[in-house]
Amino acid sequence: MLEKALSGSKKYWTWIFILLVFIGIGTVNYLRQFQTGLTITGLSRDVSWGLYIGQFTFLVGVAASGVMLVLPYYLHNFKQFAKITILGEFLAVSAVIMCMLFIFVDMGQPMRVMNILLYPTPNSVMFWDAMVLSGYLALNIIIGWVVLGSDRKGIAPPKWVKPIIYLSIAWAPLIHTVTAFLYAGIPGRHFWLTAIMAARFLASAFSGGPALLIILALIIRKTTKFDPGKEAIQTLGKIVTYFMITNVFFLGLEFFTAFYSNIPGHMHPFKYLFAGLDGHAKLVPLMWTSVILAIASIALLIFPAVRRNESTLAIASAMVFISLWIDKGFGLIIGGFVPNMFEKVTEYWPTMPETLITIGVWAAGFLVLTILYKIAITVREETAGVEIEH
Amino acid sequence: MSMNRREFLKIAGISTIAGIGGTALAGGLRKGVLEAAQAAPNTDALTEKRWGIAIDMSKLKSEESIKRVTEACHRIHNVPDFSNTKDEVKWIWTETFEHSFPGQEHKFMAEDMKHKPFLLLCNHCDNPACVRVCPTKATFKRSDGIVMQDMHRCIGCRFCMAACPFGARSFNYKNPRLAKNLQEYMNPEFPTRTIGVVEKCTFCYERLAKGLKPACVEESNGALVFGDLDDPASEIRKILASKHTIRRKPELGTEPNIYYITGGNDYAVVPEIR
Repeated sequence: MLEKALSGSKKYWTWIFILLVFIGIGTVNYLRQFQTGLTITGLSRDVSWGLYIGQFTFLVGVAASGVMLVLPYYLHNFKQFAKITILGEFLAVSAVIMCMLFIFVDMGQPMRVMNILLYPTPNSVMFWDAMVLSGYLALNIIIGWVVLGSDRKGIAPPKWVKPIIYLSIAWAPLIHTVTAFLYAGIPGRHFWLTAIMAARFLASAFSGGPALLIILALIIRKTTKFDPGKEAIQTLGKIVTYFMITNVFFLGLEFFTAFYSNIPGHMHPFKYLFAGLDGHAKLVPLMWTSVILAIASIALLIFPAVRRNESTLAIASAMVFISLWIDKGFGLIIGGFVPNMFEKVTEYWPTMPETLITIGVWAAGFLVLTILYKIAITVREETAGVEIEH
Repeated sequence: MSMNRREFLKIAGISTIAGIGGTALAGGLRKGVLEAAQAAPNTDALTEKRWGIAIDMSKLKSEESIKRVTEACHRIHNVPDFSNTKDEVKWIWTETFEHSFPGQEHKFMAEDMKHKPFLLLCNHCDNPACVRVCPTKATFKRSDGIVMQDMHRCIGCRFCMAACPFGARSFNYKNPRLAKNLQEYMNPEFPTRTIGVVEKCTFCYERLAKGLKPACVEESNGALVFGDLDDPASEIRKILASKHTIRRKPELGTEPNIYYITGGNDYAVVPEIR
């Protein structure tokens, strides 16, 4: 089926070319980082994880969110999702690839990455995270490819793929739970030491991921002959609404515990992020942007009329996505490191090379996504009108 | 036996997976084999059950005496000095009371105590969070309690830096061998590091093997007492039994093994209450 990615319109190739340019810029900057070290990033002894690990964390959520299309269809026979589960699966594939790339570019000694397999360490959450992420990648590649291949031939997918699909449904929350455990089990980082970290991660994943899917579905309808379906998009809109409300509720719980308990260590990171601490307030505008977008998006999404209008739904989805990207892809990581273990404030801000590497990884992910979606959509266009029971 | 290409690839693939999986399984099942073997065990080596240090703050007075301690450590361990806090690498350093023991300070405490420079270093915890999170066992605990760092295995993921509640770990953001101080002087008896690995205090394991005490202890003029915490007759245990000592963040359960004697002869006051 790969050949379907090799023929496309001028627009398709222009888009591919643009992505390749950003990948190229990212690669050049990465080579510089490889040569001179992570000193070219904004990271320091005090803030030792930043934009890269933030993107990784955020994208694990995007990957997990594919299940929001797969579950309703396979467990509840929700027919409207029949043709677009593939969009969820292929989004998961590209998101996991981005996750792996972000971990790779964050490593001080990337050539030693295989040490994780050579010296497997079950007591390390990072070991498990590597395991569940590669497992999830494999599951989604297999499922997506097999089911799409059968659709193309006009036959039902082989029976053996069903149990794998059920496994992938259980696996999706697992990857994000394990990722949350990277943070939630660390003593001494008050901002992360919270029992609802995994729950928060899932809530933000299941709102941010489907929000991105809505935008992607609308782009697909506009640029191709394949229509993901009005009803399907409407259902995604409802999923985004419920989980975004849950996500904001969970964030509220964090605020309550920190400030009503009045424990300084618990309040400091929140103060740093939302008001500034000891005169340091670099992240304050960004965090308030996230809060305002979150509240405004919910205020829009709770009205059915706003959701039914696809342009306002798209705007609200974009607001959800940006709000969560700031909150999880940036604030969550930095809040864990500020103030530091000595109750001192060292601020972090990504540098230009770091940003370009980050954009390069996103471009690589979007390249994978574009190729996979091109294949899926071409198959859908060719088999339009044929109904196959999965 | 004839085999077509497809079958060959199948078998080759399965053997590879079995090979990797087998190694993983065997490695996971063998417990407590982390102790590095020594080619020529030294009979003079200091070997104990659980090393710890008690730091007597009343004996660490002058700036120079503290500087001597920290500089001795950094010098013999080829710790790079980049003269900026962002890329900083340090194994032993000082902080004031409120930054060493966050949450313990109060408005009315003695000015002298508030501004005292406390020596900070790796606590060689009994339950080290860094060891728990390391995905490659590059950081591990020896049977004598020393939390070690294998700079050749470290992948530079910095999970340990996020996990250590004591900020004891540094990352080589730059190539340490290019640091100005190492260009001028390098101790040939201790390895330098590559770029992109994490490092920290290792209780001078290389000196212990030769029967010497850690460099900081040796340079401290008796302010730092190094000894076996498992031996009730050791000097450090006698000090801990007779003087009031505090540790950094004991509430986190990592069981740090660096003790700070802050009060002098504490138990000699207010006899009428007793």
